[in-house]
Amino acid sequence: MEKVLMKGNEAIAEAAILAGCRHYFGYPITPQTEVAAYMAKRMPKIDGVFLQAESEIAAINMVYGVAATGKRCMTSSSSPGIALKCEGISYLAGADLPALIVNVQRGGPGLGGIQPSQSDYFLATRGPGHGDFHVIVLAPAAVQEMADLTYKGFDLAEKYRMPVMLLADGTMGQMMEPVSLPEPQEIKEAPEWATVGTKCQRKHNIANSLYLSPAELEQLNFQRFERYAEIEKNECLWEEYLMDDAEYCVVSCGITARVAKNAIAEARAKGIKVGLIRPITLWPFPKAPLAAAADKVKSFLTVELSMGQMREDVLLATECKKPVFACNRVGGMIPAPEEVLAAIEKMTK
Amino acid sequence: MVVFEKPKALTDTVLHYCPGCTHGIIHRLVAEVMDELGIEGKTVGVAPVGCSVLAYNYFACDMVEAAHGRAPAVATGIKRSLPENVVFTYQGDGDLASIGMCETVHAAARGENITVIFINNAIYGMTGGQMAPTSLIGQVTQTSPYGRSAETQGYPIRVCEMLATLDGPAYLERVTVNNVKNVRNAKKAIKKAFQNQLDGKGFSLVEVLSSCPTNWGMTPQKALEWIDEKMIPQYPLGVYKDKEV
Repeated sequence: MEKVLMKGNEAIAEAAILAGCRHYFGYPITPQTEVAAYMAKRMPKIDGVFLQAESEIAAINMVYGVAATGKRCMTSSSSPGIALKCEGISYLAGADLPALIVNVQRGGPGLGGIQPSQSDYFLATRGPGHGDFHVIVLAPAAVQEMADLTYKGFDLAEKYRMPVMLLADGTMGQMMEPVSLPEPQEIKEAPEWATVGTKCQRKHNIANSLYLSPAELEQLNFQRFERYAEIEKNECLWEEYLMDDAEYCVVSCGITARVAKNAIAEARAKGIKVGLIRPITLWPFPKAPLAAAADKVKSFLTVELSMGQMREDVLLATECKKPVFACNRVGGMIPAPEEVLAAIEKMTK
Repeated sequence: MVVFEKPKALTDTVLHYCPGCTHGIIHRLVAEVMDELGIEGKTVGVAPVGCSVLAYNYFACDMVEAAHGRAPAVATGIKRSLPENVVFTYQGDGDLASIGMCETVHAAARGENITVIFINNAIYGMTGGQMAPTSLIGQVTQTSPYGRSAETQGYPIRVCEMLATLDGPAYLERVTVNNVKNVRNAKKAIKKAFQNQLDGKGFSLVEVLSSCPTNWGMTPQKALEWIDEKMIPQYPLGVYKDKEV
């Protein structure tokens, strides 16, 4: 397919439609409003549903309703709105229902700001809501990946019957790049577990997360975590850049990974053998390449738009075998390549 | 020959409700209406959080359990996904008029084509009898041990009257089930609320004044009388909106 110039948020919306999503529910919040605006225009033309909900809470519960009927559905928001959706995400996880939740992150805590951030890393990767659960977390670093990971996110959600979060930073939502859009998918029949009416031909289906028997609830948690183990085994995604001969390793995702690549090119020009590991799935976290790198490189540097949230996963994955330095900017500030270069030079000393 | 039978739209699961609670009657009325309209196979019900949280085990149609107060939003999602199906919520006063008031008002304002069965028993039953948004002034509950005070705890909310100020709803009626005549009227209202959905009329809500002998600290008989004596003066029965009229 030929490339089209698109804004990141619009690429999400179009890719979702191509993935067969016909139900979008949202509530306005910067910097992701273009997703809703795009859906508001497109959905009525393709027999889809766009509904501006009365709140983030209502939007995620509308998603829960559609998900129970077995159809592809999504909502999008930004950090403060995602906090409100956490209740509904937990219920989706508890009822084993698939859905895509887009978080175009902005700075926090509280109302924070409207500039890019990666500070919902903990919220997303540790299970956004109450109870023991995970969502698959996908972190795009280009408008092309906004489209590709949205598209893939629906497949993953359906395959594992669980919510998937596209965790973009505000930069990804707002920037424009050429995109090659994926092929449209056929809209599938409702799966057998869907609550679409019994037609008086089967026992009723129930979408539910309430289990009053502790033994039963424990077993369901065990089963869910067996599924999570499968996902950790099969679905880790990451990019390695100049890691073959690397003596130092930068770890970064999203917009900061792009900044880091520029810094790495400059460091290489100065003779520093440094490479990059860019996690694309943040949960499951790609532990294997980091564990392998820990036996090879002298030290790590995490570059993040948070106070070092991903750094904790790097420490866990590398079992603290090597020092893990940090280059953190927050509040909507983004490090310049020179700043990252300085951090790289510092870790070599 | 007339044989008294359990409605087909109820499962064989034994109800967990307290003796004298009117949830059982209202469940039955909803199920009878499903049978009479022949809609069980295409109905998706949404259960709330509260005493009727386990309603998904009792209705034989497909069921979805919502988070506390979110049933109208969940029902909106289901109905937008399955416009040819019948979607109803079954919610108590805490669920519908306190934590879920926002979802209730906006589903009504949108004129969402769903049916809402609203059980108003002026108390939180499931958690052991706390003050509800519909508890009466002076009503003693676990969290209003000296009686509900207007000064510190505000006034009970009349949901039908409030929703009647909106353009969205098609049908709003308040009924009760404390005697045979009232049960019959309640069934008529519930049937109409479902028929409206089939006719594409939009948001229909039936508020059912219900008893809670356990948490009101009364005998079942006394509780039914209390509905007449105390609740109806605060919550007059009647039709508050009917787009046909």
